[in-house]
Amino acid sequence: MKDPGTKSRLAATFADLRARGERALVAYLTAGDPSLGATERLVREAAARGADIVELGVPFSDPIADGPVIQRAAMRALERGISVARVLETVATLRAETAVPFVLLTYYNPVLAFGLKAFARTAADAGVDGVIVADLPPEEAGPFAAEAEAAGLDLVHLVAPTSTPARVRLIARRSRGFIYVVSLTGVTGERRELPRDLEAQITALRRVTTKPVCVGFGIGHPDQVAAVGRLADGVIVGSAIVRLIEERAGSPSLVKDVGDFIAALKEPLREAGLGDLPQTPPARRRPR
Amino acid sequence: MTLPDAQGRFGRFGGRFVPETLMAPLQELERAYRAARRDPEWARRLAGLLADYAGRPTPLYFARRLTEHCGGARIYLKREDLCHTGAHKINNVLGQALLAARMKKGRVIAETGAGQHGVATATAAALLGLECEVYMGAEDVERQALNVYRMRLLGARVTAVEAGSRTLKDAINEALRDWVTHVRTTYYLLGSALGPHPYPLMVRDFHAVIGRETRRQARTTLGRLPDVLVACVGGGSNAIGLFHPFIGDRRVRLIGVEPGGEGIATGRHGASMTAGRIGVLHGCMSYLLQNDDGQIATAHSISAGLDYPGVGPEHAYYRDAGRFEFVSITDEEAVEGFQALTRQEGIMPALESAHAVAHAMRLAKTLPRSKAIVVGLSGRGDKDVHVVAKALGQEVR
Repeated sequence: MKDPGTKSRLAATFADLRARGERALVAYLTAGDPSLGATERLVREAAARGADIVELGVPFSDPIADGPVIQRAAMRALERGISVARVLETVATLRAETAVPFVLLTYYNPVLAFGLKAFARTAADAGVDGVIVADLPPEEAGPFAAEAEAAGLDLVHLVAPTSTPARVRLIARRSRGFIYVVSLTGVTGERRELPRDLEAQITALRRVTTKPVCVGFGIGHPDQVAAVGRLADGVIVGSAIVRLIEERAGSPSLVKDVGDFIAALKEPLREAGLGDLPQTPPARRRPR
Repeated sequence: MTLPDAQGRFGRFGGRFVPETLMAPLQELERAYRAARRDPEWARRLAGLLADYAGRPTPLYFARRLTEHCGGARIYLKREDLCHTGAHKINNVLGQALLAARMKKGRVIAETGAGQHGVATATAAALLGLECEVYMGAEDVERQALNVYRMRLLGARVTAVEAGSRTLKDAINEALRDWVTHVRTTYYLLGSALGPHPYPLMVRDFHAVIGRETRRQARTTLGRLPDVLVACVGGGSNAIGLFHPFIGDRRVRLIGVEPGGEGIATGRHGASMTAGRIGVLHGCMSYLLQNDDGQIATAHSISAGLDYPGVGPEHAYYRDAGRFEFVSITDEEAVEGFQALTRQEGIMPALESAHAVAHAMRLAKTLPRSKAIVVGLSGRGDKDVHVVAKALGQEVR
């Protein structure tokens, strides 16, 4: 378990990136696709080529928030017998050699089956920094949030285009590590265009929080990454990476191809000219 | 105490475990539902459709020959099979479709297992002029081809779901994905007493007409309440509808019959109360068939409508409270129940309902003639004729 007095690895990462004028690339991989050994190699490559945070998907049999690409990856991983315990062992192995923050993306049932306290402690001990539970809104998150906090694990909440202002405030208050902005109404997967109201969505969120904001769903091309990088602290790319892994799974160049793609995604997030992000919400107006 | 509570909980069960995108829409749905219930004009319209369109009240029929055949307690059938579209599903569908129209949603989506809920939804969509898309597991599309064609005739689009176990569970996944994507314009017309709050509440309320009529009819026919109610449980919609108005009547035994498939010991079954553990699937906490790692297991049942690895949260609550009992009936016993009712009474039950018939027959033999058992005969069996033929080693051309 981490000493609660020290700054979390996620917080340190966002602070460092802000200081350098960069934005975070959050690279998603489904753990165990095409194998856990490959996941280890892919994570090392991703971290070396520009992923600032690695998001590892814990495969689940009924991933209702995921589109076809990540559904297929989860099914492949499950067919190989990937379990929560084995994903956490993989993180522990990687943690011995890399300082990149790890965030797990899972659904609630595997966490429940593992045990809330056992999951939070084992994950924290393995070197996991944050957890995103796709079907656990703040109203239902109480018991797991308490265990996560006790273990020093950041429980990241998601905000959606349909979230009401009251919900946006609730989520901003409860989320730890960063806030995950779901860019669109829909499941994960690449889209041709970014949603038009994304900027307004992020602006509304910034008004109520100073926590880092990362945007995911539907972002898979470096141009889209560049556009979102002007608005957010981090950009999450999942399906586009997972699709590339699916296409190149049998190829000797798998790791290098994925690494090249991650480098291309990170490139626009290093550039000067991204502009400053608001550091604090606008001060409350006081009568003069 | 009223259940569910404000959080949509039945004790520890139920709740709202969904992606954030659906949270505000579910809250909006709950508000719209509560407002509709308070609107006398809306209630009159629903009552009118239930009477003149669905054909309610359905009879409570004394199955004399079946009773004599078993030689014990008297068996009565609550004839939901006589509802328009051939099953109890229409009760809930009419309620929710009227709600969709009230919410100005032009498109409804639904999941279906046996196809009965899909047919009922397509029917209500035709009646109210709504666009309709039904998700159905690819395996169910194959074994329920007749219902697929009925839905298409009614103007619905039927989408076969190839993912996962290719049955009801996967159809719900795909319907939820559609809803997440089109939530602003689409109404998800869920057909089982499960899912995120307020679905278990709404589905129960719309089906509780089954139990209310049964109480009234039993008072007239028997001069008292029945001793036992028996209903099949997949997600549990017809069972909760029949049982709910009797929960306060402690002397009435309430028995849910789960699909025992090829036998509990084989692992090929759908008995989540008998063999499941608590977990979260499709937005609610309940009993689920799952492995040690929290991966949802594949259910098995001869009846597509019971082929689901979970059960509604209110059933889980009343099971733990000791109010509902749960038993299981195998595929083979269900087919025997189907044959017995067909031959003794000239009533062909859906294979789902045949599970309840089979258990009622077993139970009747252990009870005296003075006792009365009511079976929730949730649907008619035309759709299952070819499945029964196959089970009996015959072929229908």
